[in-house]
Amino acid sequence: MAIVYQKSAGLTDAELHYCPGCNHGIIHKLVAESLVELGLMDEAIGVCPVGCSVFAYNYFACDMLEAAHGRAPAVATGVKRTHPNQAVFTYQGDGDLASIGMAEIVHAAMRGEKFTTIFVNNAIYGMTGGQMAPTTLIGQKATTCQSGRTVEQAGMPIRVSEMLATLDGCAYAERVCVTDIANINKAKKAIKKAFEMQMNRDGFTFVEVLSTCPTNWGKTPVKAVEWLKENMIPYYPLGVIKDKSAEVK
Amino acid sequence: MAKELWKGNEAIAEAAIRAGCQCFFGYPITPQSEVPEYMSVHLPKAGGVFVQSESEVAAINMVYGAAGAGMRAMTSSSSPGISLKQEGITYLAGAEVPCVIVNCMRGGPGLGTIQPSQGDYYQATRGGGNGDYRTLVLAPSTVQETVDFMQEAFDIADQYRNPVMVVCDGLIGQMMEPIEWREMPKRDLPPKDWAAVGRRGRDHHNVINSLYIEPDDCDEHNVNLEKKYAEMTEKETRWEEVQCEDAEVVITAYGTPARIALTALETLRAEGLKVGLFRPITLWPFPEKALHELAGKSHVKAVLDVEMSSSGQMLDDVRLAVEGQKPISYLGHAGGVMPTVEEMVEAVKKALKEVK
Repeated sequence: MAIVYQKSAGLTDAELHYCPGCNHGIIHKLVAESLVELGLMDEAIGVCPVGCSVFAYNYFACDMLEAAHGRAPAVATGVKRTHPNQAVFTYQGDGDLASIGMAEIVHAAMRGEKFTTIFVNNAIYGMTGGQMAPTTLIGQKATTCQSGRTVEQAGMPIRVSEMLATLDGCAYAERVCVTDIANINKAKKAIKKAFEMQMNRDGFTFVEVLSTCPTNWGKTPVKAVEWLKENMIPYYPLGVIKDKSAEVK
Repeated sequence: MAKELWKGNEAIAEAAIRAGCQCFFGYPITPQSEVPEYMSVHLPKAGGVFVQSESEVAAINMVYGAAGAGMRAMTSSSSPGISLKQEGITYLAGAEVPCVIVNCMRGGPGLGTIQPSQGDYYQATRGGGNGDYRTLVLAPSTVQETVDFMQEAFDIADQYRNPVMVVCDGLIGQMMEPIEWREMPKRDLPPKDWAAVGRRGRDHHNVINSLYIEPDDCDEHNVNLEKKYAEMTEKETRWEEVQCEDAEVVITAYGTPARIALTALETLRAEGLKVGLFRPITLWPFPEKALHELAGKSHVKAVLDVEMSSSGQMLDDVRLAVEGQKPISYLGHAGGVMPTVEEMVEAVKKALKEVK
């Protein structure tokens, strides 16, 4: 019998706990496949966040550290500086990275820390039950802005990739999504490139993945994908925001 | 070996390098800034890693990363900065990641003052972070003793997979003293086969983690930690007794006040008064049994606790150890004011008068 699909060797056999329609499963797979294809799995060290992907240490088959909320970039700095030849990555959500962990991510990028951050932006706090995130869109409802986020109350949502790209230490920043096969392929390419640039010691590498949260958005998985395309992509445009390797060419 | 004149903070950093410290992550704060300054110059020369972090929060998390990946890691700070590190310290304790944290204590609360203090006793011994955990706390009273402790601090941390804190008040950090570089005994330590160093052919992945989401698992985790703390209490408790054999008044003090107490002892003994010093060297585990036994001896009439703290913090542990066997009085100052020999002499005499 021919094998038509096989789980990546970069993932363990643990059953994912994610909600139906959540994109974390796809993004995990892309990170794991990238590490395996680049031959980095046996040496990779990952750092996972606090949030929905807190259990990512159960899913990635490489060595893992579980960080305090928002602190993954500092933890990864400690790992990478002492293991400079090994692939190191953080996997963080938007509450973790763009709110409580903003200082850590900005300074890691400023220092040009040579690790890769996978930033999963679903515009809401998932695990704690749908509270407003710094990335929540204007008008978007959350349990701490039940009539929808307003500029007066919470300001405009933050575009992290664009902000980090202003820092010289940031070598690569790209925003992708995983709403369909074409975009999944683009996301995979971006993640793989980030790891390649990391191993090439180019600097800090960052891939933002727009993601759905059907549970906390109160939508079906299909409607959630539509909402992401119609609302998130216009505010968080897809594409390469910074690529130092292209500038060199 | 000849004695050399060293500033406390620089000696701490040099001693850490000699003890095999492989990486240091720190942030400037008075009165400990000479530690990161020295490390920035000398640790890379010794093949180690120095990073000035963006905050104390980041520094302790860099320690978590490096130590979780198997390295001998250290950070240092002073009181307000140690407050910021508490989040990281409870994660280190929970994930059983060994490291050394130096607190060069200054006066508080809040910004307080940059002068020496011992106001962080509760924070160090009770755990400033959340949850049921302990850090072993070494409290040297001279620059020489601080230097001598660094090897043990790293070794104890590695042996028990637990954070070790070295608390020295700002005076020890800032003072210059003649010291001798001695080869300190090293412990036989287990391999760090638990560390997240990359699988490198291992058949399973290592995970550094303090999350035990199932209540029964978290309960079991705490039971296991408690067993470890009990073992540390049994094997690692340290203290010193000076002229306690016939003492009618026992002074309890650690760090700089213990040193001042030695002069008070001389003065009082010259006057024919029987006074001794009981100096806890580990603040946790506190030498409770030893102090209890000493206080129970018939020649001991009273206990005087002296600290650089307004109303006494170690005093709680002294009371728990003495258990009402003898009266306890307290002498202390906060905010960078040090108890003097004269004050101690007077307080001892007052204590004696009250029991006679």
